[in-house]
Amino acid sequence: MSIRTTRTALAAAAVAALLAATGCGGDGRPADGGGSAVGGTVTVFAAASLTGAFTTIGTQFEAAHPGVTVRFNFAGSSGLAAQINQGAPADVFASAAPATMTTVTDAGYADGEPTTFVRNQLVIAVPKGNPRGIAALADLTGPDVRVALCAEQVPCGAAAGRALTAAQVRLTPVTLEQDVKGALSKVTLGEVDAALVYRTDVRASTDVDGVEFAESAGAVNDYPIIVLRDAPNPAGAQAFVAYVLSEPGRAVLTEAGFQAP
Amino acid sequence: MTGTPGAPGGTPTRPAARWPARRSPARRGGRRAPVALLVPAGLGLVFLTLPLAGLLVRTPWATLPERLTAPGVLTALRLSMVCATLATLLCLLLGVPLAWLLARVDFPGRRLVRALVTVPLVLPPVVGGVALLLVFGRRGLLGGWLDETFGLTLPFTTTGVVLAEAFVAMPFLVIAVEGALRGADTRYEEAAATLGAGRWTTFTRVTLPLVAPGVAAGAVLAWARALGEFGATITFAGNYPGTTQTMPLAVYLALETDLEAAIVLSLILLVVSVAILAGLRDRWIGTS
Repeated sequence: MSIRTTRTALAAAAVAALLAATGCGGDGRPADGGGSAVGGTVTVFAAASLTGAFTTIGTQFEAAHPGVTVRFNFAGSSGLAAQINQGAPADVFASAAPATMTTVTDAGYADGEPTTFVRNQLVIAVPKGNPRGIAALADLTGPDVRVALCAEQVPCGAAAGRALTAAQVRLTPVTLEQDVKGALSKVTLGEVDAALVYRTDVRASTDVDGVEFAESAGAVNDYPIIVLRDAPNPAGAQAFVAYVLSEPGRAVLTEAGFQAP
Repeated sequence: MTGTPGAPGGTPTRPAARWPARRSPARRGGRRAPVALLVPAGLGLVFLTLPLAGLLVRTPWATLPERLTAPGVLTALRLSMVCATLATLLCLLLGVPLAWLLARVDFPGRRLVRALVTVPLVLPPVVGGVALLLVFGRRGLLGGWLDETFGLTLPFTTTGVVLAEAFVAMPFLVIAVEGALRGADTRYEEAAATLGAGRWTTFTRVTLPLVAPGVAAGAVLAWARALGEFGATITFAGNYPGTTQTMPLAVYLALETDLEAAIVLSLILLVVSVAILAGLRDRWIGTS
């Protein structure tokens, strides 16, 4: 994943160097002859769970719109929302939870209404081969089963809480992780026997297996996306959001394990 | 013979008498500070304290009392204090002898060892946490053995927090103490040896008192670093209220939902730690 990011960064640097060398566009944006004014750099703030899918979408978007560079800032949704509310110059915000998006829209930093573009479902992540034979949420309450959950303050933790309530399962985790990757890495390293994470995280990892559970329908997170009011590149932002919602964009997201809204 | 400064035959009181003589000119020199030093010094101070002012500006003073007494806040604070103190003690126990070894014993590979000691300083704390898991975790190099032999598991326990904090904090102590040892006058130790003191007696009765300010400074640095530790702790020991959730972890999670709660928590940690450090400084270091 980091290699991809590096590649994107290298590509961005190469494009910038090329633009500078050819003197194409005084302000770094290529002069666009046609009606479409899409150009320059599009800065996308996206939830960490979108890292893989959005990096691919970014590369495809750049190929579809020559002269455009997409720059990503992947982090926890809440942190990104805080950055945006403190004036970070972003064009697009894609959050892993509607509640986080609300903090941005309520503060008046959004341009229009957010669109839900994917949904992500919780699964039980277990070490490869499922050595403890975990098949349902109730299996996590065993006396010597160590479980990692996300803290309730972050989207994956809130979703886990809803699923456990729906299943009427009370369990004591050994740790409440700050984000979903933290919970997943505890499984990868063998420190816990199971963790509740997103299906996309399991899909992206080669070290864990995912166990779907009946109550996960109540533990689905909607992912909203929006163009920001103070976007330095509004045309590019609109084009990027349109690409995410388009057929090729959806294909990448489905491949990563996301569900259509 | 009495005139040669290096002569070990001279009484130990002789070099000791030089300390005040060495210090007073430096103090007199501080009366008129050159502008070339004052300006960057002032800028440095502003740079360091301005973010603190930012915190104070955004502090919700009206709801402060109820936030202070919110459940979990005192638990996290107490856990932070206890763990940082235990980690500092562990650092002292292992770090002072290590610093002595580096400063006083010439052994092959000393440079490499000194470089290795600073590894936790350059290692991102999260990586340090993963590294600790790979050693002390359930499938770790030592962790599996510890579990089978003694039934001892370290991740997700308060002991794990202490270990993670000691791992990142110890280099600060070792570097400070080693610096103090190298700066200390070895003639006292030589004198003690000529008077028949063994190496252990020399270490406890002469060397340690001599470098006490350095040890204290190192301990303060280590304690402060342990108190603020986040990455290695959450990676190695996890985050669970009461057992492993220290203040920095509580602050980070509060930041997810409630900026004001995070600010209040940070402020509590700051005030308590600054109060403790200032108190210690007056009492034991006595440099003011």
